[in-house]
Order: sequence, then structure tokens, then C-alpha cells
Amino acid sequence: MRRVAVVGVGMTKFGVLADKSLREMAFEAFKEALEDANLAPKDIESVYTAINADHFSSQVSPGASVMEYLGLNPKPNIRIEAACASSSAAIRLAWLDVASGLHDIALALGVEKMNEAGRTTAEIIQFMGTGGDITWENHYGPTFPGFYAIFAINHMHKYGTTKEQLAMVAVKNHYYGAMNPKAHFQREITLEQALKSPMISYPLQLYDCCPISDGAACAILASEDVAKKISDTPIWITGLGLGTSSVALHNREDYATIPGTVEAAKQAYKMARVEPRDVDVACVHDCFTIAEIMAYEDLGFCKKGEGGKLIEEKQTYIGGKIPVNVDGGLKAKGHPTGATGAAMTYEIVKQLRGEAGKRQVPNAEIGLTHNVGAHGTYVCVHIYRR
Amino acid sequence: MAVTQFSFDVRVIVPPHTKLKKFFEELEKGKIMGTKCKKCGKLYFPPQADCNKCLSSDMDWVEIKGTGKLITYTVTHVAPKAYTNIAPYVIGVAQLDEGPKVTAWVRDIKPEEIKVNMKVKLVTEKCEDGITRYILKPEG
Repeated sequence: MRRVAVVGVGMTKFGVLADKSLREMAFEAFKEALEDANLAPKDIESVYTAINADHFSSQVSPGASVMEYLGLNPKPNIRIEAACASSSAAIRLAWLDVASGLHDIALALGVEKMNEAGRTTAEIIQFMGTGGDITWENHYGPTFPGFYAIFAINHMHKYGTTKEQLAMVAVKNHYYGAMNPKAHFQREITLEQALKSPMISYPLQLYDCCPISDGAACAILASEDVAKKISDTPIWITGLGLGTSSVALHNREDYATIPGTVEAAKQAYKMARVEPRDVDVACVHDCFTIAEIMAYEDLGFCKKGEGGKLIEEKQTYIGGKIPVNVDGGLKAKGHPTGATGAAMTYEIVKQLRGEAGKRQVPNAEIGLTHNVGAHGTYVCVHIYRR
Repeated sequence: MAVTQFSFDVRVIVPPHTKLKKFFEELEKGKIMGTKCKKCGKLYFPPQADCNKCLSSDMDWVEIKGTGKLITYTVTHVAPKAYTNIAPYVIGVAQLDEGPKVTAWVRDIKPEEIKVNMKVKLVTEKCEDGITRYILKPEG
């Protein structure tokens, strides 16, 4: 296998982007990445387009539609679906293309348009709920906040995690979201505001939940030879892990952990030959505040059950033990499902290059992305190094 | 169970698959059935037609007693479109004494009175929407 580097990244602002179509968002992120890498469209040899759900865009095979709009036909393209981890899965496959020698330059692009005129939150929640088991769970009206609320109650019961600790994750991520011009929400919130917000699915309140966002993000990967020629700041992909967990809750052993995360992390750390304590900056999948607390533990940033304490001690702020989601996370930056993994990569690449501005983690050398599909059904952990 | 096509705003109920048809028939009669692998003895609830432990598809139907304890739960306040009229409702996960776990509505108890580890029993219920489901109810 050859060494592979990220040589260019691009992303749109995340938010309710009423004036942009799926393809226009993809184009915007693609253009930024090409300019970042100093490449032309003709240089792209292979493409993986990550889109979570056809239903959001109403276009069957939306990857093909994006490929056409980028002007990249007849080059290779496959649309990748791994729920909310789709674009991390696309990066994994682009990495394989380049590492194997099949191609020298590959593009992984994620995009999602969740908001469309006339579509209500209750309809989007209903559709998202079908990510749970359709035969045995769906007729109880499950929701994604509900799945993570079920994990939260179990975590609180087992480890004494508090609602205040959950809210502290939201406060941190809004704090950093306010520094990110591409974030869906660019304003700080107080602990009191979070704890007084409407109940969504007990114990999770409004500020425990990420928003429903539109957006696109992408990464261009290149072989070592090419990367060294075209880039002064290649960011190397040194570890990749992919884990899975059951769709149906009744087939889980433990509700205070994401088994797929534990597996993916183990693989990625082993491949990168690093330990959790070596990671300087991490983007983890905080679709809900409890998800970030479980990620701290499942990724080995603290012992199992001590995630609540880690945020309470502010150890995941810049200057703490391990800065997490200093781009605002899914919570404040937004979560256009198919684009989220590539957007995490965007942030880690900027951090490792020292280009993250106000939210720069000083001297960050090793970065980690943790991207969860659905409630853990697919999990990608990637490790990056400058 | 009625069969409906996927849509953003209707309840998705999958058709009773041929191999599991008996489960849905018995449920209507008030019985909750699981499957047990004849080869290795693994009990499946909800039922499966195939055993992924020993790869056998030779299964026995067994009735589930349904006693157990509640492991975790949530009170759904913001519901999917098709369920907004019954919100708030409680979805819980229970550990059955027989081994398997089950996800279902927890009913006949006020949400604020629900406790982790409380004793529950799985029973059948014809619900307001005409669909017969298995439901967790407090016991003892």
C-alpha cells in the first residue's frame, strides 16, 4: 500500500440553504477543494459521492447527478451510503483507490439537502426514524433523538452522568461554533438556556440535539509522489477503522456505548501506531450531546463512565487534555448527514496545517475524525498526521 | 397488520413475511411467539427464520412468557408526523428473563413514575390505530 495524503479540502457553509440545490452545494465545495489543492477538474481520476438518502433530494442515484454537474463524466464514480457516516466511508474508499495504486488522485465528496420547501420537522423526524429497525421498531414511532435518549438514560443510570454535563457539551460546541464562519449556528449559549430548552425526547432537550442542515464538503486525496509535488502541506491519512453495530436496539449488549466506535477506534489506532493520548485534536460525532460523551469514552480519551467528568472539567476545550469539536461539532456547525464526515476531515486538515484561525489548537500534529452512521450501525474513525 | 408504502407522512408497517406469518397471526390472538433453533437451541425474539449462530433454518415456534426488567427508556415528546397525536409516549428496552431483549412502548404507567430496573411484562394490545403490538406494562 502507498502512503496517501489529503491535498485539498472544501466545504459550503452549513445551514438551511434554501437558495442552493444539491448539485450547486456539491459544486461549491468541489471548487474550493480544487483551488485549495491547486488542481483542475481533469486531474481528478476517481470519485466517491456520499449522499445519505435519495428521499431528501428525490433524485434516485443522486451521486450520478452530482458527478454530471461537476463535469467529471466519464470518470469513475460510485455513490456511497453509510447513513451519517457516508462521506467518511467515501474517504476510506478514495484512500483505497490511491493506496492500492489504482488511481493517483481521488475525490471524496459528501452532500445532503435535508431541508426542502414545505417539508416539516415532523416529516423529517419520521423519515429519519426509519433508520431504526423497520420490522420490529418502526411501528412504535421511534426518532433519532429517541435512540440517543435511550442511550443517555442508560449512561446516566450506570455512571451517574447528569443532564448538566450533557448541556455542557452543547455550551462548548456553541462556543466554538461562534468562531466558525461556516457553522449553522454561530452564537454562544448558556448552560441555563440549554437546560430550559424544550424537551424533545426525555432526557434530551432541544440544545442536546444537532440541527437539520444542508451542505456539502469534500476532500481530494493523492499518492505520496503526487502530494509531494503539488502540496507544501500534505496531511497524511495514517489510520482507518470501520466498525458496525446492530440496527435493532434489542440486539445490543450495552446501551451506554457504541460498539462500532470501539471496534473502529481499535483498528485506526493500531494502523496509525498511536494511542488515544497522542491525539492533539478530534472531531467526534456529537449528533446529540450524549453521543459526544460516549465518544470520549469509546475512543479512549477517558475511562468508560468518565465522559461526563471530562466535559465538566473542560478537558475537551482548547488547552485541555484533548480538544474536541472545536469547529462547533454537529451540534453547532450542523449535520447535513452525507457531508458530515468530509466536513470533519476539512476541520482536521485546517487544524493540522495551522489554518484554523481563532479556534486553532496550538501545534496540532495528530488529528482524529469519528463519524457515526445512524445510532452506530456504521462507524468510521480516521487518523491524520501532518 | 396493514401494508403501506413508504412515505414521509404515513406509518411504515412491513408486511408479514411469509416465514414469520405465524408470529403476526398469533399476536392477533394474544400470544407472543419467538423462534428457537432446533440445531443449537438459540432463542430468537423477535423471531428470526434463520439462525445466524449455526446457519440452520430449521426453527421451532415457542411462546414467550415476557417477564423481565426495564433497562432503559425515553419519553418521546417531539414525535414523527404519524405519531404526533399520541405523544408523549414511552419507548423502552427490556431484558426478558428468557434471555432476549425487546424494544416496545411502555404503557399503563405515568412517564414520571418509570424507573430503570422496574419489573415489566410483555403483553399484546390492539392499539388505537388498529394495529396489534406487543407492549411493555409494569408488573408487581
